[in-house]
Amino acid sequence: MTEELHDVRLTVNGSAYEIRVPARRLLSDALRHDLGLTGTHVGCEHGVCGACTILVDGSPTRSCLMFAVSAVDHEITTVEGLANPDGSLGAVQQAFVECHGLQCGFCTPGFLTTITAGLRENPTPTHEEARDMIAGNLCRCTGYQNIVKAVERAAEIGAGG
Amino acid sequence: MKPAPFDYRRPGTLAEAVAALAGEPNAKVLAGGQSLVPLLSMRLAAPAMLVDINGLPGLDTISVEEGGVRVGALARHAAVLASPDVRRVQPLVSLALANVAHATIRNRGTTVGSLVHADAAAEMPVVLSLLGGSVDVEGPAGRRTIPADELFVGPLESSVHHDEIAVSAFFPALADGAGVAFEEIARRHGDYALVGAAALVDGDEVSVGYLSVSDVPTVVDLSGVPIDEMGEAALERLEPAEDIHATAAYRAQLVRVLTTRVVRSAYDHAEGRA
Repeated sequence: MTEELHDVRLTVNGSAYEIRVPARRLLSDALRHDLGLTGTHVGCEHGVCGACTILVDGSPTRSCLMFAVSAVDHEITTVEGLANPDGSLGAVQQAFVECHGLQCGFCTPGFLTTITAGLRENPTPTHEEARDMIAGNLCRCTGYQNIVKAVERAAEIGAGG
Repeated sequence: MKPAPFDYRRPGTLAEAVAALAGEPNAKVLAGGQSLVPLLSMRLAAPAMLVDINGLPGLDTISVEEGGVRVGALARHAAVLASPDVRRVQPLVSLALANVAHATIRNRGTTVGSLVHADAAAEMPVVLSLLGGSVDVEGPAGRRTIPADELFVGPLESSVHHDEIAVSAFFPALADGAGVAFEEIARRHGDYALVGAAALVDGDEVSVGYLSVSDVPTVVDLSGVPIDEMGEAALERLEPAEDIHATAAYRAQLVRVLTTRVVRSAYDHAEGRA
């Protein structure tokens, strides 16, 4: 059977992209394979691990649980869109460097997007709120302690520290 | 882990969406997709067509009506959870929603979608059952209202016909003097509950709804039972099952513990509102 292809216009990190994909193309695969934005990582592919988390209109969303055809009309932000306009690291990225918030780095893009949105909503999280912010993302290396520290450090950087 | 091919429709009106469903018996509605897409990716489901309702106007509303609050089919869990109206009119909805998966899933998943997915391990079907709410569906013959006690017919099975689309859910308001509470035990924060319980108390009337205990959300009337015996009384109406997550005996023990806890908490809530 020849699979029907759909013309899809995606807005990712402020740029418009036109792709032609089957309806079953997961948004995570469209970002990686069709757009070449391989910063978004694919772990479990059923919404549990959080590695593929992107921002849809600013809200963290699992890109493996959306179809590319369904992502029209939305502003998408991937980890590639988190750097500052001058190319330097964004606040959350910088905090991960300073706090040693990653080891193998596979889960990191999902944490960075999730925390970026979380700090926009709550710029001064308590320790408990920082833990809660990352509760939906799995990391098998760090034991999470340094990621929690990175959330708190990113909040400091965001506040001008 | 890739879905099988399917035809895709993204209608602009509800009438077109209903017509698309009517023309393909093996079609599924796609709203938030947070339960459906994993089923497709694992190929536990392979519908011939998906009818994506995300482009339909006017379905993302949350509105206070006489006697309760109505949630549209495209209202995301996160929006319902954040709604002060919902929290004021029927706080049990907010209490339960905070236990639905993780915030990231709640950003995309819809409350109405969770209801008609009819998972007995999910929070919102139990809440709708306990409160005696309903779901409105639109089909070729027009609109009809399905009361909660006729909605959930089996595991992942609702009484919504294949050519009908759930357009909204109605949660009755909490009566003056009544109280509600929600408790669940999960291995990890955000996981499906091993057992969960929602309570509604109003004077001497006590009812508790259970999730992850039976094949369908189950509500038990515990009015007149001494509070310490309520868990045992509830178990006479429940059949806790064993699966890879918990033994039947462990689930029964959780029912005993959670029943007392959730009923006490609901009475505290009622007292706090008085």
